[in-house]
Amino acid sequence: MVNKGSAATSSSTDEFIKGLWRDNPVFVQVLGMCPVLAVTNSGINALAMGLATLFVLVLSNALVSMLRHFIPRQVRIATFILIIATFVTVVDYLIQAISLDLHRALGAFISLIVVNCLILGRAEAFACKNSVGRSILDGLGMGVGFTFALLCLGGVREILGNGSLFGVALFPAGFQPWIVMILPSGGFFTLGLWLLLFNYLKGRRQARQTLAQEVGV
Amino acid sequence: MNNDSLWSIFLNASLVNNFVLAYFLGICPFLGVSGKLATATRMGGAVCFVMLVSSVCAYGIHHLLIAIDAPYLQLISYIVVIASTVQLVEMFIKKMSPTLFRALGIFLPLITTNCAILGLALFQTNKGYDLLQCVVYALGAGSGFTLALVLMAGVREKLELATVPDMVQGTALTLMIAGILSLSFMGFAGLGA
Amino acid sequence: MQTASHSSAPPRPASWPMYRALVGVGVACGLLIVSVYVLTLPVIARNEAEALQRAVLQVLPGAVAKASFVFAADGTFHPAGGAGTGGEMVHAGYDAAGQLVGVAVEGQGMGYQDVIRILYGYAPQQQVIVGMQVLASKETPGLGDKIEKDAAFLANFQSLDVRLAADGENLQHTIEAVKQGTKTAPWQIDGITGATISSKAIASILRQGSAQWVPRLHARQADLVSAGGPDGE
Repeated sequence: MVNKGSAATSSSTDEFIKGLWRDNPVFVQVLGMCPVLAVTNSGINALAMGLATLFVLVLSNALVSMLRHFIPRQVRIATFILIIATFVTVVDYLIQAISLDLHRALGAFISLIVVNCLILGRAEAFACKNSVGRSILDGLGMGVGFTFALLCLGGVREILGNGSLFGVALFPAGFQPWIVMILPSGGFFTLGLWLLLFNYLKGRRQARQTLAQEVGV
Repeated sequence: MNNDSLWSIFLNASLVNNFVLAYFLGICPFLGVSGKLATATRMGGAVCFVMLVSSVCAYGIHHLLIAIDAPYLQLISYIVVIASTVQLVEMFIKKMSPTLFRALGIFLPLITTNCAILGLALFQTNKGYDLLQCVVYALGAGSGFTLALVLMAGVREKLELATVPDMVQGTALTLMIAGILSLSFMGFAGLGA
Repeated sequence: MQTASHSSAPPRPASWPMYRALVGVGVACGLLIVSVYVLTLPVIARNEAEALQRAVLQVLPGAVAKASFVFAADGTFHPAGGAGTGGEMVHAGYDAAGQLVGVAVEGQGMGYQDVIRILYGYAPQQQVIVGMQVLASKETPGLGDKIEKDAAFLANFQSLDVRLAADGENLQHTIEAVKQGTKTAPWQIDGITGATISSKAIASILRQGSAQWVPRLHARQADLVSAGGPDGE
């Protein structure tokens, strides 16, 4: 899926794809943990939070990239935070306008997007050094990867903890939901198990690669 | 106006609705700094202090914004104040105790992106606490955060001597422990109600 | 635009580009926030009004329209939106014929996990609470949150006795929550097994709320029937 070891400029699609799997913000970089655990108690909340973060990430990446020659190094963190906080405020009001119920479900965590290390991290590591187009793609990739991770967690927690997915009941009425999944501890356990799975897959892939190298492919 | 008693606010913030284990705030330092007991205690102390200062500033800003009728500036002003407070604390610690400053290292600036501090400011605004209640809330949240951090550090230090499968090592294991800690803290629910 | 000094000391970072960046970005961000705020304000206000309307009509069965009133310092109710809107708000519900069905009041109190906010409907003529809806709660999912949806629990509030004693100032009976299945009187609330504290919290909120509002609403019913009338929402 990825062109490993390409020293030359990576293609545009690579900017987008790396955020989905290879550099997935949640499972690989382990950034932005707070919303991942807090708002994934149902599929809808996870999706909404992911999309809101995606929105802020893409726009702030774009704006930081546009202004990158204009912002001196010494004040860059302060200006990044200003820009991110602005877009988070914007998304907060937009969500309130779209659905008050969703806003109440997500609560203060919409505002907490501003301290999501993922967004500041991407602005600092990528957007202030690359063109607008590539920054937008990077933002899109990371955002989609983040939403994917949120959905993985939200889906599992809702299915096991509530017997439904996106509000649609999956099991017959006699199903006893595993309540702990919706509680905070469930969030920790589920994320731990997903990370376990990722480590396992990564370990297997590395073992296969070392084997292939030794055999002299 | 909020009528909660100071004692119940403190209990609620530190135990019943622990900021790390119930609200999921401050997970990044919780996972990152909880390797060693000594660092964890110091980080907890620094966070406590920043929380206190930010809490009081947030209270002032909130009422100022109401007075000038600009509620939409709330998020930006809070985050700017928090960033400045962390900067001030960093300079203060550097002057007062260079050893402590070196021990904390990179973690001090990271407090800025600690969602616990911003979360504290936002929650106390939503609950409409007055100044004294804000201070007690900040104290409770800070001690709860330190408590969770210290507990986690203690467990992880012990785990270093145990044999753990490779696959589970690292963040996955820390999260499992956090899950068990969170379950145990649920036993505090209803306290002070 | 360079303002670097010409001295032989190592050049300090030029201040002008820093100020320019911070102020420029600050102003642009401020403008963006303000425009979005102004644009979304009417939409949000409409959403909130609709949500309130739905909640009020739900706790007052038979009501089709609502009007809001403010409890003024002199002990009377004035239509909200007029002069002097400081003060607590209640919402009156009217049926199709324009008759007062009841009044919806907000209440809040500490539950098991965090604060619970409810809306309950009081019918002054029959002196009962006719409906209760949980507006916001953070009770334990699957256990405490049954207070929001459990049909048997909600049935408690279809006719909860809150009649006034002879003095017109206090309630004749105290609202209390009892163990599930042991309800004997119309002023008791049948609790939910496994959600005792949440049920007791609801009872406590209603007890305090009705002690405060029932005497006022009962005495000044006339204010709510005549003045204002249903607003065309």
